[in-house]
Order: sequence, then structure tokens, then C-alpha cells
Amino acid sequence: MATLLVNGKSQTVDVSPDTPLLWAIREHLKLTGTKFGCGVAQCGACTVHLDGTAVRSCQTTIAQAAGKKITTIEGLHPQGRHPLQLAWIAEQVPQCGYCQSGQIMQAASLLAKTPKPTDDEIVAAMSGNICRCATYVRIKRAIKRAAGV
Amino acid sequence: MATPRLMGAEVKRKEDPRLITGRATYVTDVTPPGLHHVVFVRSPHAHARIRKVDTSKAARRPGVFEVVTGPDIKHLCAPLPLGGASAEGGGGAAASIGRKHWALAVDRVLHVGEPVAAVIATSEAVAVDAAADVAVDWDVLPAVTNPFQAMAKGAPRLHADAPDNVEHRNQIKAGDPDAIFGKARRVVKQRMVSQRLCGVPLEPRAALAVPDPATGGLTFWATNQAPHSLRNDLATALGLPQNMVRVIAPEVGGGFGVKFGCYPEDATLAVLARLYGLPLRWSETRLEHMLATTHGRDQVTDLEAAVEDDGTITALRMRVTANIGAYPIFTFIPDLTLMMGVGVYKVAHIDLQSTCVFTNTTSVAAYRGAGRPEAAYYLERLLDVIAAELGRAPEEVRRQNFIPPSAFPYKAPTGQNYDSGEYDRALTKALELAGVAKLRAEQKERLQRNDRHLLGVGMACYVEMCGFGPFESAVVRAEPSGVVTAYTGTSAHGQGHETTFAQIIADHLGVDFDRIVVRHGDTLNTPMGNGTGGSRSLAVGGSAIMQAALRVQAKARRIAAHMLEAAPPDVVFADGRYQVKGTPAKALGFAEIAARAYQDGLPPDVESGLEATEFFRPPQLVYPFGAHVAVVELDTETGRVAVRTFVSVDDCGVRISPMLVAGQVHGGLAQGIAQALYEELVYGEDGQLVTGTLMDYAVPKADDLPSFTTAETVTPTPHNPMGAKGIGEAATIGSTPAVVNAVVDALRPLGVRHLDMPLRAERVWRALREKKRGSRS
Repeated sequence: MATLLVNGKSQTVDVSPDTPLLWAIREHLKLTGTKFGCGVAQCGACTVHLDGTAVRSCQTTIAQAAGKKITTIEGLHPQGRHPLQLAWIAEQVPQCGYCQSGQIMQAASLLAKTPKPTDDEIVAAMSGNICRCATYVRIKRAIKRAAGV
Repeated sequence: MATPRLMGAEVKRKEDPRLITGRATYVTDVTPPGLHHVVFVRSPHAHARIRKVDTSKAARRPGVFEVVTGPDIKHLCAPLPLGGASAEGGGGAAASIGRKHWALAVDRVLHVGEPVAAVIATSEAVAVDAAADVAVDWDVLPAVTNPFQAMAKGAPRLHADAPDNVEHRNQIKAGDPDAIFGKARRVVKQRMVSQRLCGVPLEPRAALAVPDPATGGLTFWATNQAPHSLRNDLATALGLPQNMVRVIAPEVGGGFGVKFGCYPEDATLAVLARLYGLPLRWSETRLEHMLATTHGRDQVTDLEAAVEDDGTITALRMRVTANIGAYPIFTFIPDLTLMMGVGVYKVAHIDLQSTCVFTNTTSVAAYRGAGRPEAAYYLERLLDVIAAELGRAPEEVRRQNFIPPSAFPYKAPTGQNYDSGEYDRALTKALELAGVAKLRAEQKERLQRNDRHLLGVGMACYVEMCGFGPFESAVVRAEPSGVVTAYTGTSAHGQGHETTFAQIIADHLGVDFDRIVVRHGDTLNTPMGNGTGGSRSLAVGGSAIMQAALRVQAKARRIAAHMLEAAPPDVVFADGRYQVKGTPAKALGFAEIAARAYQDGLPPDVESGLEATEFFRPPQLVYPFGAHVAVVELDTETGRVAVRTFVSVDDCGVRISPMLVAGQVHGGLAQGIAQALYEELVYGEDGQLVTGTLMDYAVPKADDLPSFTTAETVTPTPHNPMGAKGIGEAATIGSTPAVVNAVVDALRPLGVRHLDMPLRAERVWRALREKKRGSRS
């Protein structure tokens, strides 16, 4: 049993402490917006925030997440209108959409720490998140739009 | 015909709001009550006989429901592959029974990753642990992974009825190539490799089989590009009537060609769900994806061109050796390579041959472009080799050989009927946008000052055949309130059908874009269709949508005439309204007409309701084309290649959704550039996959790609009512040769004639070192 603070709600999950956070989020809490892509932190599809910082939930254990504020795509903004989400619509970023939760969470973590990122800072922050549809060009544009740079 | 308003305009994608909030439903997001999980036990050997499978330890593990092996379900499932139709333009191989396999291996395996047993458990974690408990007693056999070795005497034989491991051969011969080569003053030869690639959609393959009490059959959720084909395949495999199988492809997280057909895991899941009356879900790991989802490309080709002194290519020979892996899935792909074997060039005398070879590797099937990128790669590389031999500019040699605009429609010697094209226009535009004259000056300057970084400029022209039939379907239905629901037989996985098809309907019915819902991916409510692949959805599926909308419009005009008390021929559809010719004040909106369609007060000869079903049968394939220019900087110390700029000019005919086209181009360029520079699946001689993770297999990331300059020319096709061609694969086709040509261009002053892909730093560095050593000795 572990207690997790997810999207502002305290929730108890019946899993062992070494369970990846991803599985607790998806299978136990049924927050399915966070995706499995590789299981070994090589693709970024499972990105969530721990205390506002982007982490790969497939390589974060329940033990590591306990006591921290966990934010998933569902909790980024109550109406799905975070500036990045609005920018994502404006720039028509997604194609298949599967990686986009992770991309947006990664970008949100970047902007929280670096509100006005340079192009190089954007690329550096986003280069661990794979998009096989290669929406990278539009992701970059959307981040710049949201940051107003 | 309506004045186009939305067609061609930049509209917001209907799909995006659910995709950016985590609300979209992919297969593994569906959890029906009583769900059990399946994990597969796979062969660790490339070629082996199975002596015995011991499941007893696994079956005793708490939480395990059952462990099933091949012999347990052999009688419940026909052998695979089934050979259904494919949206990539051909059926699966009409494989003889000797070349098929059981969904779960019964007595032998032919590649690493082949499924041998299935564990059913209450959780995925338990199933994974139990799968590790299954003990297989293997009799390991010699394996062969190289197609040339596989054809040699004494090689391990994969299938009893394929003595040289040859699946099939093909030849396209026209004119008198032997005579031309016999008297040719110059013959240019080159061997080239189009290496093996992996699809890597970010959503792995997954399936969920749920028994359906309503029919006694099955509802099957799948991440699949062609749900009707899968429905038909599952029905065939299980011996069920097609109307007892419902396939749902919900949100699909990328396909790129690898999510076609019925995989062994699909058939096994369907069998087990019915056998035990349980909902069962399976999702592959990334390693399983790389081991057991079909691969792409993997051809070695020998080219010979007979060339005049002025650069005219008079004859062409192409010998394609295709490694198709263990089983015959889409073995027509090398045939497509031959069909596109002359590309944009007017070569009359050709001898093109292909040989498909079985090896102990994962089967090779469709991957973005499927056979056509290979052809364009060979030709465009060959054109550069020819230009280098003649000391001519590569664009000049291309222009010398282009099929001229006056030749269209062009009957190619390969048998293809090219619809329309203006190849030099695209090339000229691409060269101008790239500023090639200036780049050549910079290149020279860098060489002169011995700059550590060399500049390379590469170009490629391509033409692609796409828009495969035999048909695509659409239902356009007005609901009584005047909103419209449309159903398409194609099935999107990122292309944005919901948006584009709504644009077409809005313009032809006078209904707001926001009042149109487009449904796809569920065989329960969509008419029989052929799925999304081969860049066909707009040209074929969009045409079906448009024709269905036009039929609804015709009926709406008929009803409007009755309501306006006008003669039917006098009512026209103009400015989005149904009005009496010459009297715009006497007009009705679509909603009023739709309401009447479901009420009393219709003329006696008009049926109630307002909907149409259409099956559009394309009279011909369509042939998008374009020209790409890559500019690379090459570090002579490390061998690292960086793409500095990339210009693509793509002509996909008339564009309906320009932003979606841009997205397809971005994605296509990335995958094409990645084949040139990064991606390669590698097998050891023992048949072990060396590149089984995303650490070893380099999918491009944000920092690996330049920003692109994308532009277009517009040459409509006469073969569908919109004049639209296809764009899903086009940019992949042009970009690979453009980048390789750029790298070789940079290295040409050092004496490099050709390098095989991927041009990672090590390969380039080795080439540099070899040349440097050569020049010292």
C-alpha cells in the first residue's frame, strides 16, 4: 500500500514500493493519458511531473514518488487550457498523438524553470522525447508561442 | 459544385483537443471488467526445432489462469499469414501451406522472437514472471540471415518448398536492353543497399479481445491501419462468420506500414478469448516490437546504366535482392520497386529483376513507402554516380533524362501509366530555394581553405505510385437536426481524416465544419474499407466522401425544390445554400432540408432520409512527385554529418488541408533523413538482433533534425474528382537519396564514389581515413 498525491488528490494504491509509477498511474488510478513507450526511459512518452520537474514515470518507483506532488497530463490544467495546450492547438502539433502527453509535460517543466527559453534550450530540454511522426518542428514553434519568445 | 471555402484552407484539426489532454482512447486505455493479460514466450533462437515445452512451473504461479502452447490451439486457428488484401497495393503472398506458420509455434521456429507459448494471468506483471518460468527444450539449427548466403548451396532451408530459399522472382523487361548494353560506350555500375528498418510507432502493437455475447463472436480492439482487413483475417483464421467479428481501431498511435494485417499475437488473443470466454489484452514491449513486428526495406541492388557521352541514359539494369525474412507477408514490395524502376526518367530499354529470399530474420513487410523509396534511392544515387563519372552537374544529367511534361499521360516501360508530372519545375524550384549557386561557391571556398567542415549539396527527384484501390467507401448521413455524420472505410492513425473529410463535406453540403463528425476505425458502423496506407486515404477515401456528399446534395436540392415549390432543375447549391436559380432570396439552409427529409411532406418519388453510401473505385493510380535538396556539413575529424538545411518541393496535386500536408511532409522527411543517417536494424550471423532497443536503433530526436523549407508545385491528377494525389510517403522517398547524395558530394573531392547507409559518423570517418591513407601511399 502506498499513498500518492496525484493531481492534487491523495490516493492509495495497492502496489509494492518498487512498482514503476507509470503502472500505478495507468492501471490503478486509471489515468491513461500517460503512455508506455519503451519502459526504460528512452522515449519520454511516460513523462509526468514530480514536484513540477519532468521525470520518466516508467523509471520512477512508487517509493521515489511518495510524498511528492505528482502531476499527470490530466492535472496540468483543470480545463486542458494550459498555455502550452493552447499553443499546441494553435500550431497544430499532434499527428497520432501518442507521445504528446509526454511532450507537453516535458515542455511544461522547461517553461516552469525557464520561462523564456532559447532555441537551443528548447531542443536540449526536448531531445529525450521521441515523436515518430516527427512533430518536432511544430513542438518547437508551440513552445515558443506559449513562452512568447 | 460549391465554391470551395474550407477545402484548401487552414482549419484547426478536429483531433487535437483530445490528444493534448490525455483523453484520447488507445487500445491499452480500454479495461473491460474481468480483463486478463497475455504475455508471449518467444524463441531466443533464429532457427530451431521445439522438442518440448514445459509449462507446469509457470501454470502453478499464483494469478496465472492458463499457459497455452502451439499444439493446444492449432486446431482453432488457420495457419498464418492469411494473404488478405493490403492498402499498400497488393495481396499478401499466396503462400503455399509449406510457407505458413502456426499462430503459436508447434514444432519449429524460423526467427528470434517467434511466439511459442502464451501466458494468461490476472495482471501483466504476473504474466511476465510466469512467461520466464516456461521451459522450452530446443534443438537449435543453423541459421542464415544474409540473402546471398541463403541462396547458396548447403544453406539452411527455411521452407520445404523453397529449395534455394527463394520466395519468388520477378522481371520487367522492355525494349532491347541487351543490345543497348552490348554497344554502349559507357556502362556505369554500382551496388547499393537499402538497409533494414524498424517502424517504431510510439504506440507499440496492442490488442484486446472481448467475447461478444450479442453475436456469440468477438469484439477485437486493435492498433491497426486497416480494421476491415483484420476483421476478415480474424474471421478466416478462427472460422467465424465475418459478421460475428467486430474490429475497433480506436485512437491509433502511429502505423508507418507495420500495423497491417493479422499478426500471430492477434490470432492467438482472439482464439484464447473465445476459448476461455475472457477479455484478454496484450501489448508488446519495445523489444518485442523490434523482434516481432514486421521490418521494412532490406534490399541489396546491383545497378547498371548504359550512358551516352551527353548523359542520356539509354538502358538500365536493376537486380534487386530482397531479404524478406522468415515468412511471406507482403512479398509484393520488391515488385513495387521494379514498377517504379525508371522513376522520373525516360529510359526505354530496361531489364529489372527482383528476387525475394527467405532468411532467419523477422519478416519484412510495409514501412513508409514500401518498395518505392528503394527505387528512388537507387536511381537518384545512380544519377549522381553518372554525373560524377561524366564530370557534369547532377541537375544537368537529371534534366537530360526527365520525362518531359508533354509526354503525359506517360506509359512507362515498366507498365505504369503516370498521370501527370512536371519534374523539372519541382527541381528548379527546389534548387532556387536552396540557393545552390551560392552553396557551390561556399563549397569550393571551404575546400580551398582546407576547412575542417566540408559542405555537401545533394538533390533527388522522385515519383511515387499510390492511391491503391480496389475501392474506398463512405457514408455521409444528415441527422434530422441537420448535423452530419460521415463514416469512412479508411482508418486514420495521425493523418487527420476527421478534419480533411469534414472540410470536403462542409463545402459540398453547406454544413458548418463544427457540425460534422467523421467516424472511422469500427467495422460495426463503417462500410467495408481498405484502411490507411500507400498514401491512399485522400485520393481514394476522400473521393468517396466527396461523391457521397454530392449525392446527398443532389437529394437535398430535390427536397428543397419541393419545399420552395420550384422545378427541381431550377434549384442550385450556391454559397452554401439551396436556392432557386436567379432568386437568392428564395433559399433554404441544409438544416431545414434535413429536417424535412425525416418528416411527412416529401414528394411521393423521394424516399425518406438524407444519406448516401459511396464506393469510389479509382480508375488509375496517382503519381505524386517532387524534388528535394539537402545541404550537409561534414566534420572531417569525426565523420559527423549535420543536415544544415533541407528543401522539399512536393507535388501531391491539389491540397485540401495544407497544414496536414505540412505535417506529413515533416514526418516523411524525418524518416527519410533518418534512413540516410541514423537507422539500421542489424542481425548477427547467428540470427540475433543486435539493435533491439532505442539505444541501438537511432530514431531521430529533436536535436537530430534541421528545420525544413517546404514548398510545393501543384499538378492535379485527372483520376479523381479533387485532383488530389498522396503525401503520406512522398517526403520519405525523396529525402533519403538527397541526404546521401549530399554526403557523397561533400566527400567526392576526396575520391569517394558511393557509401552505403546509414551514414553515421563511424562509417564516414572510416571512409575519410581510407581515402587519407590512400592519398599518402
